[in-house]
Amino acid sequence: MSDTVAELQALADRVIDRAGAGEQLEAYVSRGGQTEVRVYEGAIEHFVSAQSEGIGIRVIRDGRTGFAYAGSLDEAAISELLSEARENAGYGTVDEWAGLATPDGVAVTPQELWNDELGETTSEAKIAVAIELDRVASVADPRVRVEEADYADAWGEVAVATTTGIREGGRENGCHVTVSTLASEGGPDAETETGFGFSVGRRLAELDLPKAAADGVDRAVRLLGATKPSSRRLTVVLDPYVTAQFLSIIGGTLNGESVVKGRSLFRDRIGEHVAAERITLVDDPTNPDAYTATDVDGEGLAARRNVLIEGGQLRQFVHASYSARRAGTVSTGNAVRGGFRGTPGVGCLALQLKPGTRSQTDLVAGVDDGVLVQSVHGLHSGVNPVSGDFSTGASGLMISGGALGAPVREFTIASTLQRMLLDVLEIGGDVDWLPMRAAGVSLVIGDVTVSGT
Amino acid sequence: MTCDVGSVDPVIDHDVVQRVLSTAVRSGAEFAEVYAEDKRSTSASLDDGRVEQVTTGRDRGAGIRVVAGDTTGFAHTADLSEAGLLAAAEAAAAVATAGGGGERTVVLTRSPRRPVNVVERTPDDVPTSAKVELLTRVDDAARSVGAAITQVSAGYGDSRKRVLVANSEGVLADDEQVRCLMRVSVVADGDTGMQTGYQSMGHTIGFEVFDSVDVTELARTAARQAITKLGARPAPSGSMPVVIQRGTGGILFHEACGHGLEADLVAKGASVYRDKVGEQVASPLVTLVDDGTMSGEWGALSIDDEGHPTQRNVLIQDGVLTDYMWDHLRARKQGRAPNGNGRRQSYMHLPMVRMTNTFVLDGEEDPEEIIRATDHGVYVAQLGGGSVNTASGDFVFGMVEAYLIEDGELTDPLREGNLIGNGPQALRDIDLLGDDFAMGSPGTCGKDGQGVPVGTGQPTLRVKALTIGGTAA
Repeated sequence: MSDTVAELQALADRVIDRAGAGEQLEAYVSRGGQTEVRVYEGAIEHFVSAQSEGIGIRVIRDGRTGFAYAGSLDEAAISELLSEARENAGYGTVDEWAGLATPDGVAVTPQELWNDELGETTSEAKIAVAIELDRVASVADPRVRVEEADYADAWGEVAVATTTGIREGGRENGCHVTVSTLASEGGPDAETETGFGFSVGRRLAELDLPKAAADGVDRAVRLLGATKPSSRRLTVVLDPYVTAQFLSIIGGTLNGESVVKGRSLFRDRIGEHVAAERITLVDDPTNPDAYTATDVDGEGLAARRNVLIEGGQLRQFVHASYSARRAGTVSTGNAVRGGFRGTPGVGCLALQLKPGTRSQTDLVAGVDDGVLVQSVHGLHSGVNPVSGDFSTGASGLMISGGALGAPVREFTIASTLQRMLLDVLEIGGDVDWLPMRAAGVSLVIGDVTVSGT
Repeated sequence: MTCDVGSVDPVIDHDVVQRVLSTAVRSGAEFAEVYAEDKRSTSASLDDGRVEQVTTGRDRGAGIRVVAGDTTGFAHTADLSEAGLLAAAEAAAAVATAGGGGERTVVLTRSPRRPVNVVERTPDDVPTSAKVELLTRVDDAARSVGAAITQVSAGYGDSRKRVLVANSEGVLADDEQVRCLMRVSVVADGDTGMQTGYQSMGHTIGFEVFDSVDVTELARTAARQAITKLGARPAPSGSMPVVIQRGTGGILFHEACGHGLEADLVAKGASVYRDKVGEQVASPLVTLVDDGTMSGEWGALSIDDEGHPTQRNVLIQDGVLTDYMWDHLRARKQGRAPNGNGRRQSYMHLPMVRMTNTFVLDGEEDPEEIIRATDHGVYVAQLGGGSVNTASGDFVFGMVEAYLIEDGELTDPLREGNLIGNGPQALRDIDLLGDDFAMGSPGTCGKDGQGVPVGTGQPTLRVKALTIGGTAA
């Protein structure tokens, strides 16, 4: 443990030492910083450097929970915070399952989440990365302009302690670049298409600027001349980036808290075939390849590998300690926490579909009438994870007779989550670990409705 | 000029602000700004019949911005001591230096306060038990609608944010922003699976809002919505006329053109509305306004987050584009006055051009007539969220509650889905506009990773063709 994390751990320990009799107490303390550089037309548009810190205190007494947080580690304010959390607990409804996590003996799989080199990188070097990304993307194609080229990094340190025996601390850092592009061809009133590219790493040298720039340019240029497709049912091939977003939604339906509260469309279906036989879906934050790999979950329990769907059969849901207690099972190490301002919820940490072997090109070659979906928008408004209705705006390329064809946009693809899982025809071998809680891979889904003209 | 010193204690002492700004511009930067906030919030959640948790929080800090040429440096700190602020000012100034140098003293002139929102009962003065009681009333009311209601979750939230903004051009303004919010989500279970209902209300006034808004009616509406949808059929697929109920459709304008009228996106060529001022961009029926002064509404503010008074800005008049929305930097570059649309999520964020309350003014049609005039189409009683690609103009938004229109009458309820369209085309395709204007539910608008509260509104209207993203032929 680094000295600075030890300092946070000591602070968390001091807070829980103040627990009264019959009181469960949790202190979650964190500190972090970030740098963000945005470049536009070769010059720095903005440079942000920031640090923040804070503490959240949770009190559980007689089955009632209260919580209070502050964006400061001022020790004088902490006393006030503890009394607020205690007072807040007085308003809760008694809940026999309320309680903090207790150590479960599952060993932590250590992860390399910190890189010293990034902490020592100068502002000048970070600015140079963003300027270079802007330059590479700008010169690639005369039809493409760069809307913005961004470099960002962040570091965070956290310590959590509870009166139930949890005591975990750690730190993490990372950096990424993103580029947003605009492509147009013809006069000032010509259509404009957009693209984006990114790269992530734990130090500057891991950032692949040429790939980020090339993705940004290609995504925009390939849509030039896009039209609206005609409405019909066809096969979709989801780009890895889109699959990752789809898997995140599926992960949400396998949330143990939604299950115990009667909100999951898969409740009561353990053991049933809910997906095509080729589907094996695993949540594995112990895989160091995952962008969201972690050693412990949001409650301080060891993160672990959980098989959720195997051979199309629903095996289990993910749980944190509260939902597990209610479901009569144990935590799967899936507590997620957004920071010191909130208490943990339940969620998948690093989803992955068991990949196939074929490339996206090979998958496309097997599709007679379809569309390659390059990006989706409106997942937040058109997908209802409780009813299963799925409808999203999309753009991409038509597939005809196994070949990629004309670009299309301003259409939706629709089905239901239940059907889409059953209608998966193929899974690619092109696994891409994206900066999300799910890995990307090309996915072929049959019988999806396209709505256009 | 008389100043209403009011009851707002300064978040930072004015002499300190003046010294921090003078430091920030010492190396030749042409503009510096301090934005400080002190925010207290309370939230309470009820789910599965239990009041799960009451949370209280405090966030306090300052963001300092320094501009030299086209470069902005920004740093924020939770340390509001003079030393903490000076350190942030130095960090912000580190990249934004023009090399001019020399001492420059900033003289601040306090702007008179002009409160847009009148708060009667500050939520801090209301006992927590009264807030929690609202939740149990919501739960009871939703469950009373029918046995099909199997789950209810409700959330209460309030906040009080004291703000101070000062800049090197002498602006010194402060404000106190109070918000109260209630939302309810309901699940109904039937033979066809589960369906959901959702309602929310939010205002920039105090706890007195709950004297005039009946939260139990909010709950019953959400419950009825979920139960109605148990009998819903799949939404159609393809292009057809869409009638949107008053209040809920403001999000259409927010997405179809609001974002595209933000001057920062326009300046980068990332808007289909670039170079279109003075041109007909919408049906002549459409007059679109963004108004931060609409008292009590979710996007209402006395000052924007750059210290400028909010105002009523007409963006589209009778279908002709009249103006974009501006923040301080974009307006300054154009040599024009900012119009109160510079906003940010918190002291940890840079301001940018954002909407406040965006709405379309009344037309002349009877809303019932609009439905009767439609042979075959979709009636959307409640829209969900949306999003837009401002460069291409393509937008989507979700239908939370919708019905089929057949022979001029509402018939079957429809399952959920997205609608998709292209902004300029959809604006031209508005062919009927009602006379029943209403504001809608509170929204959180996301842009570049920042969320800010916004309001939307509109009378009942018809778009002659939008694509419905369902599955039914």
